[in-house]
Amino acid sequence: MSEAFIQGIVVFVLASFVGFEIIRRVPPTLHTPLMSGANAISGITIVGAILAVTLGNSFVLGLLAFLAIVFAMINVVGGFLVTDRMLEMFKKVPGK
Amino acid sequence: MIELTFTEVVIALAYLTAGIMFILGLKGLTSPRTARKGNRIAAVGMLVAIITVIFDLVVHDLVSATAGWAIVVGGIIVGGAIGAYLALRVQMVDMPQLVAAFNGFGGGASALVASAVIVGTNALLPTETGVTTALSLAIGAVTLTGSMIAYAKLQGLIGGKPVAIPGGPATNAVIGALLVIAAVFAVVTNSPAAYWGATALALILGVTAVLPIGGADMPVVISLLNSFSGLAAAMAGFTIGNQALIIGGALVGAAGMILTLDMSVAMNRSIPNILFSGFGGTVASDEEIGTKPVKRATAEDAAIALSYAQNVMVVPGYGLAVAQAQHAVRELATALEERGVNVEYAIHPVAGRMPGHMNVLLAEADVSYDKLLDLDQSNPKFGHTDVVLVIGANDVVNPIAHTDENSPIYGMPVLDVENATTVIVVKRSLSPGFAGIDNPLFYQDGTMMFFSDAKKALEDTIKAVNEL
Repeated sequence: MSEAFIQGIVVFVLASFVGFEIIRRVPPTLHTPLMSGANAISGITIVGAILAVTLGNSFVLGLLAFLAIVFAMINVVGGFLVTDRMLEMFKKVPGK
Repeated sequence: MIELTFTEVVIALAYLTAGIMFILGLKGLTSPRTARKGNRIAAVGMLVAIITVIFDLVVHDLVSATAGWAIVVGGIIVGGAIGAYLALRVQMVDMPQLVAAFNGFGGGASALVASAVIVGTNALLPTETGVTTALSLAIGAVTLTGSMIAYAKLQGLIGGKPVAIPGGPATNAVIGALLVIAAVFAVVTNSPAAYWGATALALILGVTAVLPIGGADMPVVISLLNSFSGLAAAMAGFTIGNQALIIGGALVGAAGMILTLDMSVAMNRSIPNILFSGFGGTVASDEEIGTKPVKRATAEDAAIALSYAQNVMVVPGYGLAVAQAQHAVRELATALEERGVNVEYAIHPVAGRMPGHMNVLLAEADVSYDKLLDLDQSNPKFGHTDVVLVIGANDVVNPIAHTDENSPIYGMPVLDVENATTVIVVKRSLSPGFAGIDNPLFYQDGTMMFFSDAKKALEDTIKAVNEL
């Protein structure tokens, strides 16, 4: 097993802990924006999708990379935009 | 130890910055005050990651053919445009299916990245990378087709009722076992064909696992698929050796897992029970009104009770979302507030079709977020609430959850509305909720049953309040 892979495991475990600790504190009222926002973050796979074009020049690889980029970008742009639209509506209306 | 070049250090630190921005962004979501800013920080983090990978390609001259750049730029434009179109067009009530679709795209993207790695390397991978590639493929593929089925159910393209698959849960167990065998074989023998076999089985499993799950259990399914989309990205991160993917994927995996556990507690069911029992889809039918006597209320009765109250608590259920009555609720609340009544909202975790859905619908109707109370905030308040208005909710206000040990909902956290002086229940009929359990609240002394469609009931009550 490579050193980089072990480092990856360390990062994965620590990030999971940070995730649990922070996300546990998100109030239920924001659970839908949390989910769509987190969903946009899972679009980080866009980095992998873009790197996929470096794997070779075949048609199949090009197609796989193109689809991966399209899917990931739908997730990224759509996810962050819709979350912003939702959060814009959460307002504190001054009491009468 | 291999020394990194300056550029490589910059790239690694830029990915770390993106990861930190994701964490700060999620931290912003811990309060409605900072949430919007948080989301934007995370979005900027994503931009940093995308710029970094493109910088990497440019400075290391990794893209040999012009076609490579066309794929990158074209894919970004096409995907970005589709995403923006979907996000700007969606109605808030349709949010669960949109999030389901986005989960599917995320999972699908990670599975495609893993596929590209297999094609590019002809599956000649070291064992540990083989494992993460197989996991990314399998989890991503299950997420893709599972989310498509969840989308189709929520959008009403296929019925929300559980669809029995031939052989029942045993079929899924068999497909799952074959998937594991194919994946292990693929990793051990470096066989591309075995990877594709595992992928095909995972695509089938996504369909057969979600089809039998009923509409009412969708909050758990969406949360779980959300978690999967993160895990698939993290596994792809191991495969391509990129820490931004590992951090981002782990965060999303954790978020989805917390929501999944929350939802299963709120529904009083274990996750295996939800995934494998195929219950939770019996759509409440408009059966004949039961034989036990209830106190009936008209719009005028409701208007009088509400107008002369000091504290009113509204309990919205899925029936309210279906009737698109959130704006009508808000209007009624405004009419009452003008008369000096204090109106708040008690929201059960499973009030909508995804966690927090009802809060979004009420926020859309301009309800102030500090009026939206969760279970723990609202339960102590019912004791000094004059009138509770339950709209389109049933099981989540059933006191049997505290008293009847034999009931399937025993122990489920519920809103203790029976502690209020008066309870007005707006409901089409006395038919039991999806759990099929009668609700003693309806026959209680302080309860009035207002049999009507949610929206019509609210409109009639607003009229009656204004005529008082």
